[in-house]
Amino acid sequence: MITGDRKGRICVGVLVVVMLCLAAANLLLGSVDVPAEAVWRALAGRGVENEVWTFIVWESRLPLCVTAWCCGAALAVCGLMLQTAFNNPLADPSILGISSGASVGVALVILTGGGTLAAGAFTLSGFLAVVAGAFAGAVLVMGVILFLSTLIRSSVMLLIAGIMMGYVASSAISLLNFFSTAEGVHSYVVWGMGNFGGVSLDQLPWFAALVCVGLLLSVLLIKPLNALLLGERYAENLGVNVRLTRGLLLLVAGLLTAVVTAFCGPVSFIGLAVPHVARLMLGTSNHNSLLPVTMLCGGTVALFCNLVCILPGEEGLLPLNAVTPVLGAPVIIYVIVNQRRIQYFN
Amino acid sequence: MERRTVLEGIRLTTGYGKGRRAAEVHTSLNFSLRSGELTCLLGCNGAGKSTLLRTLAGMQPPLSGRLNVMGRASDCYSGHERSKTIGVVLTDRMQAGGLTVYELVALGRQPYTGFFGRLSRSDKGLITRALHDVGMEHKSRCYVAELSDGERQKAMIAKVLVQECPLILLDEPTAFLDVESRIEVMKLLRRLATKENKAVLLSTHDTDQALAMADRLWLMTQEREMVCGVTEELVLSGWMDKLFGGDSIRFDRMRGVYAPDNDGRQAVSLTATDETLRYWVQNLLVRKGFRVVLSNEGIVSAISLTVNSGQNMSLRQGGETEIVRSFDELSEMLDVMV
Repeated sequence: MITGDRKGRICVGVLVVVMLCLAAANLLLGSVDVPAEAVWRALAGRGVENEVWTFIVWESRLPLCVTAWCCGAALAVCGLMLQTAFNNPLADPSILGISSGASVGVALVILTGGGTLAAGAFTLSGFLAVVAGAFAGAVLVMGVILFLSTLIRSSVMLLIAGIMMGYVASSAISLLNFFSTAEGVHSYVVWGMGNFGGVSLDQLPWFAALVCVGLLLSVLLIKPLNALLLGERYAENLGVNVRLTRGLLLLVAGLLTAVVTAFCGPVSFIGLAVPHVARLMLGTSNHNSLLPVTMLCGGTVALFCNLVCILPGEEGLLPLNAVTPVLGAPVIIYVIVNQRRIQYFN
Repeated sequence: MERRTVLEGIRLTTGYGKGRRAAEVHTSLNFSLRSGELTCLLGCNGAGKSTLLRTLAGMQPPLSGRLNVMGRASDCYSGHERSKTIGVVLTDRMQAGGLTVYELVALGRQPYTGFFGRLSRSDKGLITRALHDVGMEHKSRCYVAELSDGERQKAMIAKVLVQECPLILLDEPTAFLDVESRIEVMKLLRRLATKENKAVLLSTHDTDQALAMADRLWLMTQEREMVCGVTEELVLSGWMDKLFGGDSIRFDRMRGVYAPDNDGRQAVSLTATDETLRYWVQNLLVRKGFRVVLSNEGIVSAISLTVNSGQNMSLRQGGETEIVRSFDELSEMLDVMV
């Protein structure tokens, strides 16, 4: 019998290897053929015969790769925290309308700001404005959901309330689109398809730093998250300040969703499906090992999705939201069909 | 072992809401819980047992009155202090199916562990001992989802044990359990109270087990008051009769059980060779709608039944005596007579 700890170590080992392979593939493949050796030389900072190659690797492929990993990890951890906090295996940022809330914030900034979403056109203040807009939208929706969760006991009903919030958010977006310029609408629609390429090399440190802060904060919440597995009242009896914990969860999940949504669009299914994959792999809902593995798994899945997106090569990138549901939906259906056999449902 | 008062309520009013919209459930309750004793809280559905338990556990504030825990006002406790003083077992639905029993019990150490919840050697020792105490060490690596209801309850009791609280509150820990696990859980709780000198309070609907195992009873009667006292004293002074308000049931003080109140009009004088036989024949007669009088009470009844054994009974009615050879036959004859 494999003990929990050993299983965890095996999982982490396998995930890291797969992740590194996928990261390498992401750096080596793309719309322009760059020889593998040139990619490594460019990354190492040594001279490459073609200046364009250096530019492609540094300005496009590396940011894409790092962004994908960060987004995947952030969304997956968000999904896990929401699933535990709402005591609901189907909770995730997009289903609960949090991504939509962030989208409204982004739409407000983009569409009223004249419709520029070209990555290079961002100044630092523009960058912060978009993130702040997304964060405000995300936290607003999460606050409403949290308030509703005190009124609505049934988790299914709460999910439906979240979906309703999403509809309200999209109607606000439609309204904004209606009064906006054609270019604004176009760039908004492109943004809405999802894309890991929205972060330029200049913005990358800021983006990565914000995501890392969010991920670090989530690690600090592992102990209360474990207590919450027993339900709120048990958690309270174990000395957990449930109100404070919920508030922090709101803040962290809001931050992570907002940062990701601001740059990559509302990415669906990663937050919903990855925590389930991690639970099934590990065979535990103990956050001590589940949260780090969910993080790794999210990054790995996102790298894989990005690889699929860049497969068409010269034809351009596939929209990210065309890929994630194809991978995520079967996972959720598998989980639902087998819920009697899967121990964490009981 | 020294017995001391762990919990004390003085003119305590429980309920919900605040100010003018407050809804009182119980007013002016006086009670105390002592260490080393098992106390059962009895009352019909909706009597306010869970409300009282939640109030005692500090999960909802009392509307008025004083509540002292270990000699200190309950509202002075921080959440962290309370978690080391009062341990609870609730009926709440959990999401813990994907944890192992060991991990579940380990959660009980959260008030003592550091920021990341890492278990020390002594924590691990405590967990192993608690699992042994509740008889679950062979299941420690199993998932919580794989446990039966009784085993799950024992695991939760182990969780409370490692919490090292002097006061343990349990909300219907024996509901949904079969008779065997019910008795096991009650024995376990009793052992906790007496051996570990803890104050244990549990709510239950199982009056049989409560009367057999509880040192004291808290009865929530229909008149919205709570009576506390030693089990036997409450039974003998007739408080158990007032637990349920309806006329349809009656408390049998002799046997300590509730029974449907269907005293028949036709009296049967019953004689039997031994007590057990007498008890079960009476059971049959009462069910069929007869009133049983003892043969030596001097009441003249039209029907008299003498039972020597299950195969040898004689029924006398209106001067005629018939020999009855089986309960089947007796049952049929009684049906005709009603």
